[in-house]
Amino acid sequence: MEHVDGKDKGNIVLYALSTCGWCAKTKDLLREMGIAFDYTFVDLLDGSEQDDAISTVEKFNPSGSFPTLVINNKKTIVGFREQEIREALGP
Amino acid sequence: MTFTGISEQEVDRAYDSLKNDALDGGYRLNPDAEFVKNLIRGLLKNEQRYGYRACPCRLASGKMEVDLDIVCPCDYRDSDIEEYGACYCALYVSEAITDGTRKVAPVPERRPPRSQRGTMKERAVQTVAVGGGTTFGSLPFPVWRCKVCGYLCARDQPPGICPVCKAKKDRFERFL
Ligand code: SF4
Repeated sequence: MEHVDGKDKGNIVLYALSTCGWCAKTKDLLREMGIAFDYTFVDLLDGSEQDDAISTVEKFNPSGSFPTLVINNKKTIVGFREQEIREALGP
Repeated sequence: MTFTGISEQEVDRAYDSLKNDALDGGYRLNPDAEFVKNLIRGLLKNEQRYGYRACPCRLASGKMEVDLDIVCPCDYRDSDIEEYGACYCALYVSEAITDGTRKVAPVPERRPPRSQRGTMKERAVQTVAVGGGTTFGSLPFPVWRCKVCGYLCARDQPPGICPVCKAKKDRFERFL
C-alpha cells in the first residue's frame, strides 16, 4: 500500500491497476481533493499478495473490477464516479 | 504514467495503427488523444509482461486461454459501445460521443466475475452446443462467428483476421 497525505476522512483505500485510465483519474481526483488515502496497484503485486488483494476487492465489489474505492471498510464506490466520490468525501 | 521500455514513438505508432483499423472497421477512438495514449501505454505494457494485449482496465491472469475474451478489442466492446456509448476502458466510443452529443460515463463490468468464468474452450463448447442444436447438419460449410463483432462467414476455417474488426482467428467460434 502506498500512502498519500491529506485531510483525514477515515480509512480510504483505492484498489487500482497501473494501466487503467479510470483508475488514474480516480487517483488524480482524490489528490486534487486533498484527501489522505492508501492505494495499491493490484497488477503489480505478486502471488499470494495479489490473491489477497483480489479477494478483498471481491468482498466489497463482487465483479472484482477496478477502480474499487473502499471508504471506512463500509462504503464502496466502483469506477470513476466523480460526483459520488465528491459527495462521499467532500467537505 | 510512463512505463520503462516503451518509447513515445512506439505509442504514437500504435495509436496511428489502432486509429486506422478503427476507422476501417467503422469504429471510433475516444477523441481525447492523451487519454487514449495512456491506454495504449497500458496495452503495450500488457503485451510486454503477458505476451498479449490484455485490456488495460482489467486484471489479466497471465494465461492467454483464460483471458482471450479480454484481449483488446474484447468480446464486450461492441455491446458496451451500443449500450453505454463506450467500451469499458473508453478507448472506443460511439458516434454520439465523438459528436459531443453524449458524454463518456462509467461502464459497468460486463465480463462475468472470476467465479463464473470457465476457460474459453468450455465457453466455446457451450456456444456450439446452443448454436448446433438446430438441424443445420446438412450445410455444405461450417459457419464461423467472430466473438468480437458478430461477423459470420461460411467456409472450412475462420479467416486469419476478421475483415470487420480485425480480431484474430482464435476469436472465432463455430456458430453452425
Ligand atoms: S475494447 Fe475492450 S479490451 Fe480494448 S480497451 Fe476497450 S474495454 Fe479494454
